[in-house]
Amino acid sequence: MKRRAVLQAAAGALAAATGLWALPARPQEKVIKITARRFTYLPRELTLKKGVPVILELTSADVVMGFSAPDFDNVRADIVPGQVARVRLVPEKVGTFTFLCDIFCGDGHEQMSGTIHVVV
Amino acid sequence: MSVDRRQFLKLAGLGGVVFASGLAGCATSGAAAEDEFYFVQLSDTHIGFKGAPNPDPAGTLPKAIAAVNALEIQPDFIVFTGDLTHTTDDPKERRQRLAQFKDMIGALKNRNIRFMPGEHDGSLDKSEAFKELFGETHYTFDHKGVHFIVLDNVSDPAARLGEEQLAWMKADLEKQPKDRRIVVLTHRPLFPLYPQWDWATRDGDQAIQLLMPFRSATVFYGHIHQEHHFKTAHIEHHAAKGLMFPLPAAGSQPKRLPLPWDAAHPYRGLGFREVDAERPAEYKLTEFPVVKA
Repeated sequence: MKRRAVLQAAAGALAAATGLWALPARPQEKVIKITARRFTYLPRELTLKKGVPVILELTSADVVMGFSAPDFDNVRADIVPGQVARVRLVPEKVGTFTFLCDIFCGDGHEQMSGTIHVVV
Repeated sequence: MSVDRRQFLKLAGLGGVVFASGLAGCATSGAAAEDEFYFVQLSDTHIGFKGAPNPDPAGTLPKAIAAVNALEIQPDFIVFTGDLTHTTDDPKERRQRLAQFKDMIGALKNRNIRFMPGEHDGSLDKSEAFKELFGETHYTFDHKGVHFIVLDNVSDPAARLGEEQLAWMKADLEKQPKDRRIVVLTHRPLFPLYPQWDWATRDGDQAIQLLMPFRSATVFYGHIHQEHHFKTAHIEHHAAKGLMFPLPAAGSQPKRLPLPWDAAHPYRGLGFREVDAERPAEYKLTEFPVVKA
């Protein structure tokens, strides 16, 4: 195996081990950090501009949580304590949308959600 | 005139004891009566819940049990489709709540009862406590020509059936003739009813695909604390009311908070149902309130 391939494999293994999924951090894309803790997210409201993709950087302060925004394509992740999960969100439609925890985490899970406002 | 076996017994003024003792064959002249039966579905009893949405948390299930016991003809069996208890972080308390539920349903006259966990019972401990008190979380049974499959979509807190259970289901269904009537009993909807409120099973579509070759496949579930009826292709999905607090219709309000208690109409939105299995491959649903108005 060529050295470059070995390095790529090692980087992939490191990403998998740490949860730092190697979403291409395109320089122009804003990174929004969201912390999940039973039974809330901080922040709970996001305001995004239509057509301007962002990277959501997700961490958990206590237990394994989920992050799901079903109105957007492929915007969901497991948030494992001690790891950072990243998802890319492309706001293509103006409106108000829900994100939620989709991994049952206790009495209060049903209220663990937030709002994404997509504006022009 | 065709009279089914329950109608016959009602007309004849006979009770459940006679129903259970094998007089059924004289209800109709054909084979239909052999296969007709009914069961009762109760769901989401949430024992251990305390809060304004139900000022009678310990009294609601006993009232429902009294209503089931008062049915003129007792069902062939009773099924509880999950969330027997309200969740708690404390394993000891979880077991106490499950034991309290078990004690309460000891008042049911009919002892042929099937159980499955909801996420409140089983998602925090992979249903360990549930299994101790109620046994397996997924299994099959047959009743008068109908093949019942109980699916567990809650022991994984991420609401997945999982590859192992899907393989088990596939192997089970491969043994069934395609004209066999299949009924699935589960807690969460298998189809994405409203993922924005976590009203879905992440790999539920795979279970639905396994059911597709069967002419008659029907799903009865709970979780959403309200009556709901939906079809994916020819497969019907019927959600039951709960027995602790009703929830709003999907997306009808920003949060999936329980509907407030209505003092003018106590227990409104709570109830259980009868499911009459009729031929050919039809189910007649009858909804009952906890208390009669």
